[in-house]
Amino acid sequence: MPSVMLKKNPEGKLVFYVPKKDLEEVAESVEFDTADKWGGEVLLADGSKYYFEPIAMPDFPITLRAKRLDSGED
Amino acid sequence: MAALTREETEALIQEVLEIYPEQAKKDRAKHLAVNDQSLEKSNKCITSNRKSLPGVMTIRGCAYAGSKGVVWGPIKDMIHISHGPVGCGQYSRAGRRNYYVGTTGVNTFGTMNFTSDFTEKDIVFGGDKKLAKIITEIEGLFPLHKGISIQSECPIGLIGDDIEAVAKKGNKEINKPVVPVRCEGFRGVSQSLGHHIANDAIRDWVLGNRDGDDSFPTTPYDVAVIGDYNIGGDAWASRTLLEEMGLRVVAQWSGDGTIAEIENTPKVKLNLIHCYRSMNYIARHMEEKYKIPWIEYNFFGPTKIAESLRRIASHFDDTIKEGAERVIKRYEAEYEAVIAKYKPRLEGKRVMLYIGGLRPRHVIGAYEDLGMEVVGTGYEFGHNDDYDRTIKEMGNATLLYDDVTGYEFEEFVKKVQPDLVGSGVKEKYIFQKMGVPFRQMHSWDYSGPYHGYDGFAIFARDMDMTINNPCWKQVKAPWKTDASSEAVKVAA
Repeated sequence: MPSVMLKKNPEGKLVFYVPKKDLEEVAESVEFDTADKWGGEVLLADGSKYYFEPIAMPDFPITLRAKRLDSGED
Repeated sequence: MAALTREETEALIQEVLEIYPEQAKKDRAKHLAVNDQSLEKSNKCITSNRKSLPGVMTIRGCAYAGSKGVVWGPIKDMIHISHGPVGCGQYSRAGRRNYYVGTTGVNTFGTMNFTSDFTEKDIVFGGDKKLAKIITEIEGLFPLHKGISIQSECPIGLIGDDIEAVAKKGNKEINKPVVPVRCEGFRGVSQSLGHHIANDAIRDWVLGNRDGDDSFPTTPYDVAVIGDYNIGGDAWASRTLLEEMGLRVVAQWSGDGTIAEIENTPKVKLNLIHCYRSMNYIARHMEEKYKIPWIEYNFFGPTKIAESLRRIASHFDDTIKEGAERVIKRYEAEYEAVIAKYKPRLEGKRVMLYIGGLRPRHVIGAYEDLGMEVVGTGYEFGHNDDYDRTIKEMGNATLLYDDVTGYEFEEFVKKVQPDLVGSGVKEKYIFQKMGVPFRQMHSWDYSGPYHGYDGFAIFARDMDMTINNPCWKQVKAPWKTDASSEAVKVAA
């Protein structure tokens, strides 16, 4: 359950940052991305997947807890 | 010597690794790589921020060095107590040349060493009482100080002293910030964790002090310079450029900085990060809490300066954008004269770097402006995100070495034969004795500043003075020179 710092980059894409792992990656897709529901599975550019409990659209940048689903390596 | 091809560089790494026992070889192989610009992510080619192997000569420092030496130390109007045995503070005292303005011992304390001087008695019975007494004493002797930070050395964590409680009590007593920093040297693998701990201490104990206090007048052009430690005056050379383009620099973190500047930083419009490695944590925190955007910039060499000034200006309105162009134009003749003077003397020279957390990639542009080529670079304590940013800056098939060992660095230099090595004081004399020109790139070899246009002129002069120094021809004893060079001498 890593803490993930999420922010929008100038291109409007979601940037995923895990301080403990020096992981800085752009999110390719977010499962739920509407004003009243945000979260679900997030796929990163390096192939790894994380899961966020769906919540109302947060105000980025924000730190949220995520569950790691797939490291993308195996 | 011509540039190495990819295969040759790989062979070189294998050759250097040959001497290690099986397990060490396996571990070290992960930290050495040949640069490949086509890679997006560094974790495909290099491992970083891992524990150094026992038995190798690492060049790293400790968490205390990262906190007291780098982040907290330069804050000039605070007193930083090196809490623990006397050596850690005394042997690093004033060594980093963080310049500042003020009267040392009266209202600024940068080059002084304050320590609790732990002895056996304090280890056995605990040092909290002593620390409380020090805080009272400091308040009596140096009434103009603006706050105290307690920089823990190893024993504090080992004996379990409660410095937070002492700090809270001290804060009530003297009515100034007293910040406990848990930067015991054994934490983490290098000074890098010390930076992080120091950032977290600023976040928890200082940054929010003026939340809700709007007495500080702000302008739309307020910025903070973060991660510039004013080594040899670097931050001043940077600050003038920013001010000339119309920005107002509210805070300098932390070279020539004060605690008031740090407390006012949450009121700025943009954070400018120079040393990403040591201060990105606090910038990210401010982005989240105060919605202040941050950008990285690079003030080494005219190409990167112009690029950075334009990128900074793009966050502001047209007056600043014009200001940036005006600044670039104003210094154009100056830096072109520098390049015209030194480029012919330095063109084609090859450099190997091994520095801390930002310069291994930041100074590449400055060398390239002088027509030089960086053929190898590495970080003492960089993380993956640093190498991500380095891959694109470095040429293809150049060497990358993470946490290089003394042996590896020597062998690389012997084989690659660069015209200049840029690293720290521990490496300096090894390479000078080998007859390789050397510059200290941590302390600028007691020169500087190197940031900004003014700094670039000094940088170019220093590199020329080192590489083209006639002394390198005298390194070999006359009776050891071979016959062919003798003949040349006679002919001449």
